[in-house]
Amino acid sequence: MKRFVRLFEALDGTTATKEKIALLRAYFEEAEPEDAAWAVWLLSGNKPKGSANRTRLAAWASEEAGIAGWLFDECRSAVGDFAETIALLLPKACGSETGFTLAENAAKIESLAVLDETGQREVVLSAWRGMDGAERLVFNKLVTGAFRVGVSRDLVVRGLSEALGVPRDEVVHRLMGDWRPTAEFFSSLTDGAPSPLDRPYPFCLAHPIAGDPAELGAIEGWQAEWKWDGIRAQVIRRNGTTAIWSRGEELVTDRYPEIEQASRLLPEGCVLDGELLPWGEGGPMPFNQLQRRIGRKTVGAKLLAEIPVVLMAYDLLESDGQDCRPLPLSERRDRLAAVVNEAGHPFLLSPTVAAGSWEELGALQRSALGRGAEGLMLKRLDSPYGVGRRRGAWWKWKLQPRSVDAVLMYALRGSGSRASLFTDYAFGVWKGHELVTIAKAYSGLTNAEIREVDAYIRANTLEKIGPARTVPPELVFEIGFEGIQKSTRHKSGYAVRFPRILRWRRDKRPEDADTLETVASLFEPLE
Amino acid sequence: MSDLLSVTPSGLYCEAGGFYIDPWRPVERAVVTHAHSDHARPGSKRYLCSSACAPFVRLRCGEESAISCLEFGERRTINGVTLSLHPAGHILGSAQVRVEHQGEVWVVTGDYKTEPDPTVEPFELVRCHTLITECTFGLPVYRWPEALAEFERINAWWAANQSAGRTSVLMGYSLGKAQRLLAGVDAGLGPIFAHGAVLGPTQAYRDQGIRLPPVRPVSEAPLDVDWPRALVVAPPGAEATPWMRRFRESATAFASGWMAVRGIKRRRGVERGFVISDHVDWPALMEVVAATGASRVLTTHGYSAVVAKHLSERGLDSSPLETQFRGEAEEEGA
Repeated sequence: MKRFVRLFEALDGTTATKEKIALLRAYFEEAEPEDAAWAVWLLSGNKPKGSANRTRLAAWASEEAGIAGWLFDECRSAVGDFAETIALLLPKACGSETGFTLAENAAKIESLAVLDETGQREVVLSAWRGMDGAERLVFNKLVTGAFRVGVSRDLVVRGLSEALGVPRDEVVHRLMGDWRPTAEFFSSLTDGAPSPLDRPYPFCLAHPIAGDPAELGAIEGWQAEWKWDGIRAQVIRRNGTTAIWSRGEELVTDRYPEIEQASRLLPEGCVLDGELLPWGEGGPMPFNQLQRRIGRKTVGAKLLAEIPVVLMAYDLLESDGQDCRPLPLSERRDRLAAVVNEAGHPFLLSPTVAAGSWEELGALQRSALGRGAEGLMLKRLDSPYGVGRRRGAWWKWKLQPRSVDAVLMYALRGSGSRASLFTDYAFGVWKGHELVTIAKAYSGLTNAEIREVDAYIRANTLEKIGPARTVPPELVFEIGFEGIQKSTRHKSGYAVRFPRILRWRRDKRPEDADTLETVASLFEPLE
Repeated sequence: MSDLLSVTPSGLYCEAGGFYIDPWRPVERAVVTHAHSDHARPGSKRYLCSSACAPFVRLRCGEESAISCLEFGERRTINGVTLSLHPAGHILGSAQVRVEHQGEVWVVTGDYKTEPDPTVEPFELVRCHTLITECTFGLPVYRWPEALAEFERINAWWAANQSAGRTSVLMGYSLGKAQRLLAGVDAGLGPIFAHGAVLGPTQAYRDQGIRLPPVRPVSEAPLDVDWPRALVVAPPGAEATPWMRRFRESATAFASGWMAVRGIKRRRGVERGFVISDHVDWPALMEVVAATGASRVLTTHGYSAVVAKHLSERGLDSSPLETQFRGEAEEEGA
């Protein structure tokens, strides 16, 4: 575990991409395969399948440190991080233990899932006693499910690719889907065998287009499609079975039985990339309809009838069992059309948006909302299907986010490095003389503004309700968002999607903030 | 009977003796524990401090200040109150103040530490009835690593910067911490330079016979100096100033007890932190409180309320004392 802890500390201590890759590479070259597999797993954002709850951990740690519960809380609030508080509080390691490997410690943490409180206590205490401070910090972060390091998955892939001498795209592909961190898995990354059958391809992602789309060159070289607001997914038909993977790399086959059933009509050895969309009378339904189906392991007949789902197919990644990602888009599109037409509903071919000029396309783009789309996708016709988010071949051209002016109503403390500040805010708009919440947002302000708002909150707290502090309706902020939908969660009856603070409207008084009527007018039900 | 020492608007006051200890306003007679800015303030008529502390009080409060000195352990009676100073181990010349009146003994620790430090007089434990202790780091999460091990890390960091071609800029408070750093690093690794603010106190340490490695002023560095080989010791304020530009590629680190907590390092935007503190950590604080034999403990600085509550639960008569000492606030240096 010590090697992994050193890696964690070193990654934590640098912001230089090159250095991070070098650190990762060195780690993967040196570590035992099983530890390396766990490192990949954890650095990719996965958690061990087991944990202990914080109340128990706090009690055990206080006991070990010989302090009262209130003193633990004081420490926790000064340190700002639960895992670190415990690491700092525990008495020095007593044993002369040589220590356990990362894999061994991870196995201990996974064992907590099936143990009762006494059993958990035994495992955690014996682990703590055999570790030094830095190891304890990492262990505690793992055991509370709070382990995070400042490396993107892309950096992990690059480090692995350099250490193993396997091309990056190949590494990405092998890390897709379900796998468990084992020595065998890590060895399989280099054995050159074909990727397992159940593994999805890495999704090709687009950057938002920054400037004028006309700068992309002749419009004839591009394919435009609507950017649909659903769940990006891959439908894999191999060996007579179907797997549906979401972009979040979750296996969601069971949740979309209509797609699974219809996929029997897809040819063998075929992988489609598309968007799962709730589909009503000839058109898409709002995203929040789909949300009613998300998260349900099984979908009842009633919901299936009310909110039928289609796959709006964008691309063909495999046909006849052959990876066809290297083919140009124009060719993949032809093959895709043939496959989708043959299979029929609920497989739909994502329509292309024809325009003779960028201006004409711009006019169409502005009509996206009325068609249930959030904008356009632009894809170069001669481009292969790439891995991950790369610039150049794919762009998303979304509608401008809209905004409302809303009033700060209450705030919560942030987490991590912002734990000592109130950084998470709830905003409201006027419904008559009353403010009703419309959005929660925590990003968008500068650090200086965050400190200022924090000081304001501390000085003007009206009431402490649990972790929240209410303040008088005084500060106005412009909140940007990308969509708006009906919601029972917010008192206003609406919820905005992807809210963020665009700016602090110091020039506005609270009474100048928007009303619920304004918000309602932004909500455009689909025709 | 009223307390021998009590807090007044001008500071901690001994009514029987007619003197203040580390007053924050100008007074007739100020007993000064040490020469950091929140303890030694200019403007008082007369100062009393340890002989070793006097040069720093002059630096802080003016050359012409009326200062009388006491050797450590020497007793002086003022209006029937017996006063003596005892090493606090915080910085050179730093003292605890022992005050005795009609058989009752009070000790004011000032800022102090008990761990060994070659640049200061070692802390002396003084038994008393009432203890007024600082609590800058009065939480059980503060436990210092061995200073020797921490200096090894500093040396390794310096050497690594040398091979990476980056100038090592090590920050610590200019009086006390900077000299401790100079004494602790491996001067064989390369040349050592110091920011102007560090030079005066460093010379004052040397004048009192403290052995420190040769240090050159940054401002007098030759034009062709090989900065990446050098260690530069600077006060914390220097990090974000144009003064830093001369080093081009630099690696900065901060030496302070606060560096024990990652979140604080982050909030301060510190690239690298070394846990070198001139204050007691939690275990040492608890040890000192117990060893003085005090039945009453008043707490100042930092986590005074927490420490008082904890000690009360342990059966001592303890409460926080409202003072204006900042100790070593998280936002400050040292």
